[in-house]
Amino acid sequence: MDLSFFLISLLNGLSVGLLLFMLASGLTLIFSMMGVLNFAHASFYMLGAYVAFTLTQALGFWWGLVVAPPVVGVMGALFERFALRRVRKFGHVPELLITFGLSYIILEMVQLVWGRQPLNFQPPESLRGPLFTIVDLPTSLGLSWGMPPEICKTTAGAICTQFPSFRAFGMGVAVLMLVAVWLVLTRTRIGLVIQASLTHPDAVESLGHNVPRVMMLVFGGGTALAALAGVIGGALRVTEPSMALSVGAVVFAVIVIGGMGSLAGAFIASVALGVIESFAVGSDRSLVDFFGWLGMQMSPDTFGYAVWSVKMSQVAAILPFMLLVLILIFRPKGLLGTREG
Amino acid sequence: MTAAASGPSAGPPQAGPHPPGGSTAVSRRRGAPAYYRFKPYNVGRWVVWGLYAVVMWVAPMVWGSSLALTMLSQMGIAVIACLAFNMLLGQGGMLSFGHAVYSGLGSFFAIHTLNMVSKGQLSLPVSMVPLVAGFFGMLFALMLGFVTTRKAGTPFAMITLGVGELVWAMSLMFPGFFGGEGGISGNRVAGQPFLGITFGPQVQLYYLIALYAFVCTAAMFAFTRTPLGRMLNAVRDNPERVEFIGYNTQYVRYFAFIASGFFMGISGGLAALNFEIVTAEVVNALRSGAFLLFTFLGGAVFFFGPIIGAVLMVLALVLLSEITQAWLLYMGLVFTFMVMYAPGGISALIMMNLRVASFGKLRPLLGCYLALAGTGAGILVGAGAMIEMVYHLQLNVALGDQMKFMGATINAKGLDSWFGAALVLLVSTALFEMTRREFVRQWGSTQEEIEREIKKREALV
Repeated sequence: MDLSFFLISLLNGLSVGLLLFMLASGLTLIFSMMGVLNFAHASFYMLGAYVAFTLTQALGFWWGLVVAPPVVGVMGALFERFALRRVRKFGHVPELLITFGLSYIILEMVQLVWGRQPLNFQPPESLRGPLFTIVDLPTSLGLSWGMPPEICKTTAGAICTQFPSFRAFGMGVAVLMLVAVWLVLTRTRIGLVIQASLTHPDAVESLGHNVPRVMMLVFGGGTALAALAGVIGGALRVTEPSMALSVGAVVFAVIVIGGMGSLAGAFIASVALGVIESFAVGSDRSLVDFFGWLGMQMSPDTFGYAVWSVKMSQVAAILPFMLLVLILIFRPKGLLGTREG
Repeated sequence: MTAAASGPSAGPPQAGPHPPGGSTAVSRRRGAPAYYRFKPYNVGRWVVWGLYAVVMWVAPMVWGSSLALTMLSQMGIAVIACLAFNMLLGQGGMLSFGHAVYSGLGSFFAIHTLNMVSKGQLSLPVSMVPLVAGFFGMLFALMLGFVTTRKAGTPFAMITLGVGELVWAMSLMFPGFFGGEGGISGNRVAGQPFLGITFGPQVQLYYLIALYAFVCTAAMFAFTRTPLGRMLNAVRDNPERVEFIGYNTQYVRYFAFIASGFFMGISGGLAALNFEIVTAEVVNALRSGAFLLFTFLGGAVFFFGPIIGAVLMVLALVLLSEITQAWLLYMGLVFTFMVMYAPGGISALIMMNLRVASFGKLRPLLGCYLALAGTGAGILVGAGAMIEMVYHLQLNVALGDQMKFMGATINAKGLDSWFGAALVLLVSTALFEMTRREFVRQWGSTQEEIEREIKKREALV
């Protein structure tokens, strides 16, 4: 494995991991506060991308980035206030079910308003080019900012790998958001109230705080974070109606692997998953190669060749779920989780 | 979940309080029961099960068209699947988002078995193929269930979702077994015909499905009466206390999961025989979601609820999806309102009204029901017209602005049609809310009267 591949895979993995964490943080906050698994969390992610797309058409990308998350956050808060709060008295399963129903409604509504085809949601003009290019010459390794340098075209053996600026921008937004959430939770009054309501809602209520309103706020905030991730993710990948389902299952895997209700665990799990997945996508090795390395030759006649010959890049999509299964067998409470059951 | 949840019974309430399974088990172990137990011949149960069998027997004679026969066959399959799903959801409190895995893998093993029978590599009657599928469904539940049932409640739901995604992604990875995009097809007319039954005509297959559905329903009902079934209810209601008594809740969930996987596999095998083609779709999240949605709509708290759900599922998937492209939106809305206002599903609504009727107090409520139905239909017409117009503008632009809605031709871009739809929606919503309040008041007072009546009867005893 050469160094430029390693560097670019690491960076790509980090950016995917940070994007995952933007989603997982909101989900974890909502879960640890209310005990509700927001099944529609990825749907709010999708909604963020679509709302931002419309705003981008009308006002430009930056307005979309700034306005879409609060808009979706308000929708989330309204849903909490008028639907979720109503079923809280029935227990956790109906709460999960109502968010499940919501995911259907959002999916259909999105298809109703924006159609079933993928949208052409692009990053802004200023962020479309590469941020830097890693130039891998047979003799040396270099890095060049901005557009790829001339040497890529002139030298025959040069391998140039570009890193898009928008990916870097997404990472920057994620880190900023991470710091902001951390500051809000630990340094502001409302953050302290939220933290207290996580563990002692009754005590907080008797001190005169409106805990249901805090919950509404957390739910709205969590969905706004999901929408922010959606703006980045939609412009980075594809904005289409199936984007919610594909990301949703991975995010659930992330918060189980990290440990239910643990923000730090979710962070480790999402970055780790992102990096592992990105290395796997770039690799075309399979178990056949591994056995060959061990000195065992395999041919298409070997029993179970279909399984052994699957390439790492094909497995990449299911790695999160395989990790999930492994974690559940060997450490059922997750990486940093504290509760069993 | 209310007290009704603890007694899943098909039919009228049984005479007298039923002793919990544990105490009967104990007394049985000691030999003859130490007390006299009044146990009248349960006529109600025989009538209900007899009716169930008769309905299955007569249905294809009443609805004989080929569309109806296909739908009836699918209903039979769905009944098994939804009941098996409800073994977890209703009786175990476990919400599985990936239960299509077990029926789907069952389908795949069934179609491969069928193909082996066709080629003469295996000598097995076609009617036994669903049992093979059930065995494989059970086998996979045995393997995957060990991981998923380590947790209960919300984490259980997420893990089943992850496992479902895992299997679905794998099904695309191994085209040799799963057939890739095209799927695997087979022919159910294979092997030697038995008494002239080849399963070629749909009617013959329908009766096979009906037989399986009846036996499986009976078996699953019997399961609720076994000590394991009772412990499953206990694990749902109070896992902590169950652990204190000395049971391992994880194993109770695990065993129930395996049993459920078996019945899911059978329904998958029947589906493979019915469609004669199995594609990777049968294991995906959408299918799992449909099981959950319709089982809940039918009602998870009563044993017979999922049967209603299964019938609705086939009606929605086959008929509603023909009528409107927005059917998933309607299903989502109905489901959400059901969760909010009637978390017991349709079966609980029926049972609640039966209770009112058995006290002879249903008549005063009928007026309210009529008004609710009328205004509800108004909401449906108003909202439906608007949704259909948006869909028409979004998807059928090429067909022009004119569209058909409930027999009338309306202009999807016309101001008057939008204005009319909005007016109907607003007026009927307002009227509905007024009737609803009146209904809630009447319903409450009726319930109070019934409570008083019960107290009076108890005092007499």
